Amino acid sequence: MPEAKLPEDEDGVKIDLISAQRMDGKTTMEKIRLILDGVREGKIVILEAGLTPDEESRLIEVTMTEISPDEFTGVEIETYPQSKADDSSLLGRLMGREETKKLTVIGPANQIETLHKDETLISALVSRK
Amino acid sequence: MGLLTNLKDSISRAASTLFSEEDPKRIGIYGPPNAGKTTLANRIARDWTGDAVGPESHIPHETRRARRKENVEIERDGKTVTIDIVDTPGVTTKVDYTEFLDHDMEKDDAVRRSREATEGVAEAMHWLREDVDGVIYVLDSTEDPFTQVNTMLIGIIESQDLPVLILANKIDLEESSVQRIRNAFPQHETTPLSALEGDNMDEVYDKIAEYFG
Repeated sequence: MPEAKLPEDEDGVKIDLISAQRMDGKTTMEKIRLILDGVREGKIVILEAGLTPDEESRLIEVTMTEISPDEFTGVEIETYPQSKADDSSLLGRLMGREETKKLTVIGPANQIETLHKDETLISALVSRK
Repeated sequence: MGLLTNLKDSISRAASTLFSEEDPKRIGIYGPPNAGKTTLANRIARDWTGDAVGPESHIPHETRRARRKENVEIERDGKTVTIDIVDTPGVTTKVDYTEFLDHDMEKDDAVRRSREATEGVAEAMHWLREDVDGVIYVLDSTEDPFTQVNTMLIGIIESQDLPVLILANKIDLEESSVQRIRNAFPQHETTPLSALEGDNMDEVYDKIAEYFG
C-alpha cells in the first residue's frame, strides 16, 4: 500500500487514523509496534476499533520498557469508558458494540492532555512538541 | 449426562486444587500511584502478622517492585482466610523524571527513580496477567476516578474474570467522595476506608473474606 510522504519540517501535528481493517490479522506485538512507532515519531494515533484488554495491558508493559529520560516519557491513551453491563448484552454484541470495539486515541504523553472525559465525549488538548 | 458429571467433577477438583487451604490465593493490590496501596498493605499486614510490607511516601512511585507478604491469616466469623498480599507499583502509562525534581530530588536520583518506576509498572502488569488470583483495587477518593488508567485496569481485570474489590481510600480527608467512585464503576461494589487512620477496616476485612475466602 503506498504511503503518503510527509513533508519535512512541517509545522503541525500528524494524525494517523488506523482502520479496523488495517489492524485485522495483526498480532498483538505488530499492533503495539505500529502504535508506538507512530507515537514515538510524535504522531497522534487513532484506532477505529481499539485494543482488547490484554493488548492494552501489553501496550502499557512495552511502553514502560521504552521510556527514556529527555526522549520519550510514555503515552496518553483515551477511550470511552464503557459499562461492562451495557456492552455484554446480546443486542450490544449483535450491534458490534463489544468492549473492544471502541475508538481509541493514543499520543505522546508530552503532547496530549485530556480536558474532559465521560461515557460519550473525550475532549483533549493536542500540542506541538 | 455422565460426560457432563465428569466434566463438573474435573472442574471442581481443579478449582479445589487451585484454591486449597495449603495454597493461599495471591491477592494483588492495584491502583494508580499515590492511592495508598502500600499504606493498605502495611495496615493489613500489621493487623494480622505484626510486620509491615514496605515504606510509604507521598512521593509517587515509592513502591517500584512488587512485594509479597505470604500467609496473611484473616479471621472472620470464626473462620480463617489465608491470603498472600502482593503490593504492586502504581500503574501509569507515562513516567517523567522531571516530576520528581519537584520533590527536592537531584537529577540523577530522579532519573534512577523514573527508570525503576517504569520497570515496576511493567512488573505489575505482568503479575496481573500471570500471577494473581484476585485484586484489591485502591482508589484515592479525593481524586477523579474517571481516568484512562483506572478504566483500562478495571477492564483488564474484568477480562480475566478475577474477583475485584474496589476500595475508596482516604475517606478521612475533607475532599473525599466515595459516591464519585461508585458512579464511575457501577458494576462493582465500592467499600470506603482510610488505610492511614484505620477507619472502616472491619468492613474491609469482611469483604476480603467474602471475595477471596
